[in-house]
Amino acid sequence: MTSYIIYGLVIILTIISAIVDIDKTKKAIKIGFNSFKKLLPSITPVMIFIGITLSILSPSSISMILGKQSGGLGIIVGLITGSIAFMPSFIAFPLGESLLSHGAGYPQIAAFISSLMAVGIVSLAIEIQYFGKKAAVSRNILALITSVIFSLIIWGVM
Amino acid sequence: MIKTIIKKYKWSIILLILLAILYFINSNLGENATIKTLSNFKSMLSVLPPILVLIGLLDVWVPKETMIKYMGHGSGIKGIFMSLLLGSLAAGPLYAAFPIAAILMKKEARFAYILFFLGVWSSSKLPLLLYEYTSFGGTFTTIHVISNLTIFLIGSFLIEKMIKKESLNKIYLSANSMIDD
Repeated sequence: MTSYIIYGLVIILTIISAIVDIDKTKKAIKIGFNSFKKLLPSITPVMIFIGITLSILSPSSISMILGKQSGGLGIIVGLITGSIAFMPSFIAFPLGESLLSHGAGYPQIAAFISSLMAVGIVSLAIEIQYFGKKAAVSRNILALITSVIFSLIIWGVM
Repeated sequence: MIKTIIKKYKWSIILLILLAILYFINSNLGENATIKTLSNFKSMLSVLPPILVLIGLLDVWVPKETMIKYMGHGSGIKGIFMSLLLGSLAAGPLYAAFPIAAILMKKEARFAYILFFLGVWSSSKLPLLLYEYTSFGGTFTTIHVISNLTIFLIGSFLIEKMIKKESLNKIYLSANSMIDD
């Protein structure tokens, strides 16, 4: 669905751009193609790596790891699995929901979901390529701190 | 020629070998990992190419002066608002946000706003918020968004401050080199 929207939108914009100025549009497509070529050597290993981790850290094994955890230790386990695992939200949210219904706590799910979305250990190499080591690592640490605080607030509130 | 390709794809080759080893140790796991890898490529291809063309279009159509006005050093609250808007209307995994950040940097957007944009992207994308709301409820989602945005906003300025001027220039150059034609 999102894919159709993005493709549709960009195709329309490209057509409009081509009508207004064909040379600029050619240049734009060339820039897009070149960026893809530059990204491919770093994104390919990430895709394979995610495939391997996802087959080991599958939704069912994550629910085994997170399911029985509680308290502070559960939050730490949630943070670690969330930081390493990589899955789209349409898999992660239902997984979180089913964990809740099997007795996991909200703070642990908060730690998992938030770090899953914001901390990217597997894509760190790509991030470094764009922003340098210091900025990329700092951003991930910030995301980790954010996840801890979010989880602690949930612990206090829910 | 072949040597540079091998060098460029060194990690891909290593991981493919690892995948093969995994297959020999446990064929079920190996098969599963292969299927997952292919589906990752599929979802990558479902967002990344149009985003990159969009970046090309932004590059040729949006003048640097416009971006400096809205997200540059002196843009103040406008820059924060723009990061919020761009990040929340987004779709796709975090790695799809990096090239967008790079084009913003090429147009001289302020680094703190770039970091905040990544923070918004990784916590408060509108389409996902609705989904999160139905999965975990209003309290959870509201606290998630408010806590993440607040800390990312403060943290973005702190990280920008931590990085020396020279290294910041280097970061901008390397981001530029990722999208230059």
